[in-house]
Amino acid sequence: MSLNERQIERYSRQIILEEVGGTGQEKLLSSKVLIVGAGGLGAPAALYLAAAGVGTIGIVDYDKVDLTNLQRQIIHYTSDIGTDKVNSAKAKIQAINPDVTVRIHQARLTAENISEIIHQYDFVIDGTDNFPAKFLINDACYFEKIPFSHAGILRFDGQLITVLPGETTCYRCIFRSPPPAGVVPSCSQAGVIGALAGVIGSLQAAEAIKYLLGIGSLLTNTLLTYNTLTMEFRKVWLNRNPNCPLCGKNPQITELMDQEQVVCDLKSCKC
Amino acid sequence: MRLVINGKETDCSENLTVTELLVEQEVKMPDMVSVELNGQILRRHEFENTALKENDKVEFLYFMGGGRELK
Repeated sequence: MSLNERQIERYSRQIILEEVGGTGQEKLLSSKVLIVGAGGLGAPAALYLAAAGVGTIGIVDYDKVDLTNLQRQIIHYTSDIGTDKVNSAKAKIQAINPDVTVRIHQARLTAENISEIIHQYDFVIDGTDNFPAKFLINDACYFEKIPFSHAGILRFDGQLITVLPGETTCYRCIFRSPPPAGVVPSCSQAGVIGALAGVIGSLQAAEAIKYLLGIGSLLTNTLLTYNTLTMEFRKVWLNRNPNCPLCGKNPQITELMDQEQVVCDLKSCKC
Repeated sequence: MRLVINGKETDCSENLTVTELLVEQEVKMPDMVSVELNGQILRRHEFENTALKENDKVEFLYFMGGGRELK
């Protein structure tokens, strides 16, 4: 792939960076990133990756745009209310950058379909708000060996970590299994600041770009936490957990489980 | 004794276990918090038998959802 004049102009502000250059831009254009959830985190991540010229962007979502989404899910507009989020997101991505091919996956990720979907991509961004999905993404990316960015936000707090499966600390190294349904409040119950989602989703996009270009230090073995009220960023160093049920020395999870089984397992386990 | 909790030096009672520290620090929903002690994630069943020492580094790690609304 070689860049045409319009592309050289469009991406000039990043091509000029020594770490990117024309070669890096070509790499981005030939890269494929999957964004799971076209919500508060996925929206800024998708917009920045599209603008940067990531050549193929996949969007997974099964929901429709709701009025309450618009406070933070900046890829959707008032006129999109009631339409499918995947189509709304696709339209904005293509309006920003026609270089990008958008693949839409209008589905709920399950143990049955996730491997086939993520297998098509170089990097996955977890922008979900549901713990069974976060664990499913972690496990599937481990088995398929696909790097991903995990993130979570609530009220004024956010956190993220990048996982190179089998090499660096995974989500299950930190949290063994999903919390029982309803114990941890969701953003709809507890609230969230939209700009916080923008900060964390943008950081996820930055991690994806660094990974695709092979530059800098990824946020691996490190959870970055951010508080909007204090403006404090903290890095928490997290070693791989030898007792991790997925990537530890004696793994108990050897195949993907659906959500119900994960919750049942939590109830019966003695961790 | 002095512990470093989530990066902040904190004065705590002497001879605490992790379980007792969670109570003393008024951690909400302690069953939902992962605890890292000096760089190692503890198993939940280790909380009550793990005694803390001066200058131990403790991280309380919380579950957080995301931007995608779950209905």
